[in-house]
Amino acid sequence: MSDTHAQTVPFVRETMLPPADPPLREAGAVRWLRENLFSGPANTVLTILGFLIIWFLVSHFWDWIAHSVWNADSLADCRRIIAETWGEGARGACWAVIRERWNQYVFGFYPVELYWRPTMAFGLLFVALTPVLFSASVMIRRIVLVLTTVLTLWAMTVLGAPAVWLAFAAVVLVGALAVSERRVSWLLVFSILYPLMGVWFLWGGSAWGPVMVLMGPVLGWIAWRLLSGLSPMAAAVAALVVPVLWWLLYAGTAARDAEALVSLAIPAVASDRFGGFLLSITIGVAGIAMSLPLGIVLALARRSDMFLVKSLAVIFIEFIRGVPLIALLFVASLLLNYFLPPGTTFDIILRVIIMVTLFAAAYMAEVIRGGLAALPKGQYEAADALGLDYWKAQRLIVLPQALKISIPGIVSTFIGMFKDTTLVTFVGLYDPLKSMSDAVRASTSWKGIYWEPYIFVGAIFFLICFGMSRYSMYLERRLARDHR
Amino acid sequence: MSEDSTRRIDRSQMHISTEVAIDIRNMNKWYGSFHVLRDIDLTVHRGERIVIAGPSGSGKSTLIRCINRLEEHQSGHIVVDGIELTNDIKNIDKVRSEVGMVFQHFNLFPHLTVLENCTLAPIWVRKQPRRQAEETAMHFLTKVKIPEQAHKYPGQLSGGQQQRVAIARSLCMQPRIMLFDEPTSALDPEMIKEVLDTMIELAEDGMTMICVTHEMGFAQAVANRVIFMDQGQIVEQNEPREFFNNPQSERTKLFLSQILGH
Repeated sequence: MSDTHAQTVPFVRETMLPPADPPLREAGAVRWLRENLFSGPANTVLTILGFLIIWFLVSHFWDWIAHSVWNADSLADCRRIIAETWGEGARGACWAVIRERWNQYVFGFYPVELYWRPTMAFGLLFVALTPVLFSASVMIRRIVLVLTTVLTLWAMTVLGAPAVWLAFAAVVLVGALAVSERRVSWLLVFSILYPLMGVWFLWGGSAWGPVMVLMGPVLGWIAWRLLSGLSPMAAAVAALVVPVLWWLLYAGTAARDAEALVSLAIPAVASDRFGGFLLSITIGVAGIAMSLPLGIVLALARRSDMFLVKSLAVIFIEFIRGVPLIALLFVASLLLNYFLPPGTTFDIILRVIIMVTLFAAAYMAEVIRGGLAALPKGQYEAADALGLDYWKAQRLIVLPQALKISIPGIVSTFIGMFKDTTLVTFVGLYDPLKSMSDAVRASTSWKGIYWEPYIFVGAIFFLICFGMSRYSMYLERRLARDHR
Repeated sequence: MSEDSTRRIDRSQMHISTEVAIDIRNMNKWYGSFHVLRDIDLTVHRGERIVIAGPSGSGKSTLIRCINRLEEHQSGHIVVDGIELTNDIKNIDKVRSEVGMVFQHFNLFPHLTVLENCTLAPIWVRKQPRRQAEETAMHFLTKVKIPEQAHKYPGQLSGGQQQRVAIARSLCMQPRIMLFDEPTSALDPEMIKEVLDTMIELAEDGMTMICVTHEMGFAQAVANRVIFMDQGQIVEQNEPREFFNNPQSERTKLFLSQILGH
């Protein structure tokens, strides 16, 4: 009793304590090593074990990488050079195959004299992506666009692009840079037009085709403007129906007639000439661009109060997720022909893109549904209480937050889908990993070479996927607002 | 309790008109088979400040959430500003844009700045030009005394500041009725006063207010009517002095002794 009393004498603090630095123990590298590698017996053992494993791996591969040969005509030639230089029985990598066949890995069987076209399409892809991916930072946009401009124009020159197209690319690239400095949102117009432009550059043919496809939404908009005064419902229906009717009934003939009148054709390239990374990136980019919006719609549908909408979404998602992608690709390559009227040609790459998109969209929907579920109920209530209707609440309040939460999952799905594009080998397309390497090995010079092509293709896949992963981390950091 | 923290207000300025703002008749609501609201009859005139009190689970929050249709009622009628709440989405959105609501947990939009929180609904629902919406927002942010925080994100503000932003956000829609759902329950004691002061100013401006709260000091100072609810029913309602000094029902007496008895 008296003890505790003695402790509780009245006390008044007269000066507040200033903040002090934490005590300095061992600083710098020694401390880091001790904390991270040798903090205890178990950690020390694991550290040593880890170093041993790394040493084992490196020592195993070191010779092979150190004895690389870049200049040779065939695998036999490679082996001869290795034996001559490092002695009989030495192992070494034969990168000469990449040096000789890189163009096949990149462009497939695309006509050599037209390599500049996919190159230009690839460069302009970055222009189209810039306002979407880097809307927040003019500095990053500047770096991306300057690099794209220099590299694209250089590559097009090297690949022998005609002067007209070089000028076109230069105007677009420099123009994009100028627009990006002032009003980046205007670049979105280019992003919207890019898909049609890209398809035209890759497949060639008459420019009237894409133009007539573009006419669909334009006609729909005109119909909407004409009817919106009479009845908003009829206007909305017309805005949807008119483009579809136009595409199905008139777009083809209109394009042919226009082409006959004024020819805007460039050499056409058939889908079976596509291959390598040209094919992977075409399918991957199209799949990514389409699966995200479709996934959002599916996720919202799955959370809908409307029974039919919800059931359809659940059935679609569960069916697609329950079936291997290869099965869907087989459906794309074989079965679809049964359903289509005889004689219709429906491009195989387009069919594969549709299937890959549906597949990715089902996964995307579940990832986004997770983000939607993670949002506190109060956000929905606040949006409702302010009088925002369903679509405005979703667009302005719910999706920006749900998508932000879902970024890691969304990017994982993108990465998975991009790597899955190699599965198109099963429907006879030349993916870079399997079919293209088989094609390279089919020549007598490179018969029996396995490691080098796979490592090369794997490295490029890694670079692209790692880039996506880093971008997602940048985006997460940029959007992190609630924890500041 | 915070009786002492609530300043006395000038009731002579607060005019109650004969115009009916909210009319609730024979309203019933069930959650599944649980009867949460039973035969609610309530008429609110324009300019009234009503405080709803009662133990937790008594249906107070559910009642005011029915008024802007965050909850659906299953029978009876609710007429707000002459518009009956039915399944007609258009009517619901119209009522919601006329009725402001402040939540216990603020429910600010964390991905938008304070200013954007305030201008969002005026721009997208009222179709105001951005500049005008921003001027209105700054006016109300000044009124709740945080104009300097306009360009911060909600996560950077204290709880009391966030709740004042939430009030400003509702006011930007120029509502004719304000609903408060336990606006100070999630706040630290130090911050309760700044929110209550804001609400008092609103009352002085003649706003029609319905407030679910445990702040009995606020009820005594501001309300012209206190409603006591228990088990989904309105048990007692009276003007505040009578309500606190001379409660009639046993339930009310018990509740008041529990809430004021320490």
